[in-house]
Amino acid sequence: MKVLTANRLSDGIAVWYADGGWAETVGHADIAHDKAAEDRLEAIGAAAAANNEVVDVNLIDVEVVDGLVEPVRLREKIRAAGPTIRTDLGKQAAPEAIGA
Amino acid sequence: MYRYDEFDQDFVHARVAEFSDQVQRRLAGEITEDQFRPLRLMNGVYLQLHAYMLRIAVPYGTLNSRQLRMLGHIARRYDKGYGHFTTRQNIQFNWPALSDIPAILADLASVEMHAIQTSGNCIRNVTADHFAGAAADEVADPRPYAEILRQWSSVHPEFSFLPRKFKIAVTGAERDRAAIQTHDIGLHLKKNAAGELGFAVYVGGGQGRTPMVAKKIRDFLPEADLLSYCTAILRVYNLYGRRDNKYKARIKILVHETGVEEITRQIEAEWQELKDAELKLPEADIQAINAYFAPPALTARPEGDDAVKQARLDSKSFSEWLDQNVVTHRHPDYAAVTISLKGIGEVPGDASDSQMEAVADIAEKYGFDELRVSHEQNLILPHVARADLKKVYDALVEIGLATANSNLISDIISCPGLDYCALATARSIPIAQEISQRFASLERQREIGELKLKISGCINACGHHHVGHIGILGVEKKGSELYQVTLGGSADENTSVGEIIGRGFSSEEITDAIEQIVDTYLGLRLSPDEHFIDAYRRVGPAPFKEALYAGETKAA
Repeated sequence: MKVLTANRLSDGIAVWYADGGWAETVGHADIAHDKAAEDRLEAIGAAAAANNEVVDVNLIDVEVVDGLVEPVRLREKIRAAGPTIRTDLGKQAAPEAIGA
Repeated sequence: MYRYDEFDQDFVHARVAEFSDQVQRRLAGEITEDQFRPLRLMNGVYLQLHAYMLRIAVPYGTLNSRQLRMLGHIARRYDKGYGHFTTRQNIQFNWPALSDIPAILADLASVEMHAIQTSGNCIRNVTADHFAGAAADEVADPRPYAEILRQWSSVHPEFSFLPRKFKIAVTGAERDRAAIQTHDIGLHLKKNAAGELGFAVYVGGGQGRTPMVAKKIRDFLPEADLLSYCTAILRVYNLYGRRDNKYKARIKILVHETGVEEITRQIEAEWQELKDAELKLPEADIQAINAYFAPPALTARPEGDDAVKQARLDSKSFSEWLDQNVVTHRHPDYAAVTISLKGIGEVPGDASDSQMEAVADIAEKYGFDELRVSHEQNLILPHVARADLKKVYDALVEIGLATANSNLISDIISCPGLDYCALATARSIPIAQEISQRFASLERQREIGELKLKISGCINACGHHHVGHIGILGVEKKGSELYQVTLGGSADENTSVGEIIGRGFSSEEITDAIEQIVDTYLGLRLSPDEHFIDAYRRVGPAPFKEALYAGETKAA
């Protein structure tokens, strides 16, 4: 199970591909359940990078917990939340946004 | 301190204009990321986990109050209210938008600062002893030579595309506080028997995945030959350094694979071609740069002794801070002060916008407008009258920066780790915080004595773990963070690389393991005067292995 992530070109903020656009939170990212869907996401990512919307595009492993997408690796968990030592910063600073 | 001349100022303004144009073209989609990446890196802009990161150069760690105030302003206006002082005496901001970077660089240029050559395969910010110009044991101020190297290496056409990055450090005292033997070139400024200034030259030190202690290739290089000799070293490296494998591309690998004798021969041969040509430093030029670093007029303040004596009686905490964070100055009425950025449980090296501004005020009022960033991620007031120490202390207490832990176990060097860094494999800051909290008692820390603990969140070793008396390296193993411990490293005039003590520890176990190591040391030291590193060098790893792992062997 994978989703597409990148950083936005203009401000570098971590984003995930969801519902035809780039969301600032991972919770409702579009999930690829098979190779064909992964290829589709990759093509979207490559096009978005070529179109100078985002940089550093990657597919990452995720799972679904309580209906929300969560990254598997710690690195991606931290990207999706913010620094663990500054919970007042990053996405976690506005918890309602994570589920939004 | 050094002031930009017209040439410097024009150069920095031109670079700001050039990079601003490149950023605009990138944002407009006129250049691709592949085209832009090397340009942004040449200007200190990285992409990290959460956002871009901007690394700003603090040449040889020297700042004035106007500059520190500007860093505070940048933190507040363009970032999230704080900055991170690094082990290369620089500062990093963690959240700048790419679209704001032209404005940030313009603000920096207005106070003679920039982010040039803080990344890329070029000669990076030249670092120096943070007590330069103040230390009682100094032969001469190393910073004029660091400044000469900075001018020579800035956009040097021959050395802007080296096999890999290149770091130079300079110290002017026997006691090495600049860790010169862990640098690509380490320079020890000294005097010969005739009283002339020159350098012992070390080459091929470095940390990362292959830690190496630099080799001394010359015991005395006359100061006039500084640039010709460094050019000879860089030429040999540029020619023979490996470009096929980035992990084997640093000069330390070339020195190791070529052998010290042969590489010294190559460097000396190259130098013979250069030494009497245009790179010879004219005495007048050295004097001209030296003049910029003329010490402040330190007037006699003999009332300091009584003032300090009285203040000690009045305040135990002041007395402790004095013992730990204040060191002897070459002028008996003055002292050099370490402002700890390692408050118990805080993030090592972080300072808030208002702290930066308040420290700038203190430096202006009591410190001849001078500040330093140390490679140990603290700030330094190099010249404070002893008579003013209590006022400085009181002002630091007000902003929460009076922790009396310089050189103690909670004075931890830590890289940003996986909380910010795209290269990291594990977090380092939370480990530093937990250890700092475990050893929060100042009484206990002082009982333990000098102990340098350093943490890196990946093998690149930005947190200098290889040369920590106790080093911690965070790695990822089977999806979890694992912390490997090394003992016996040091980064002074007796530099050594620490030895891995055994299997790693989970994030839940690591602080207990560190405590066990410290308790083992306390149990075996000959006296409180035998520091951790000396005790380790005497007894070796065995007692520590026994303490950490004996139970496992018996159980197995």
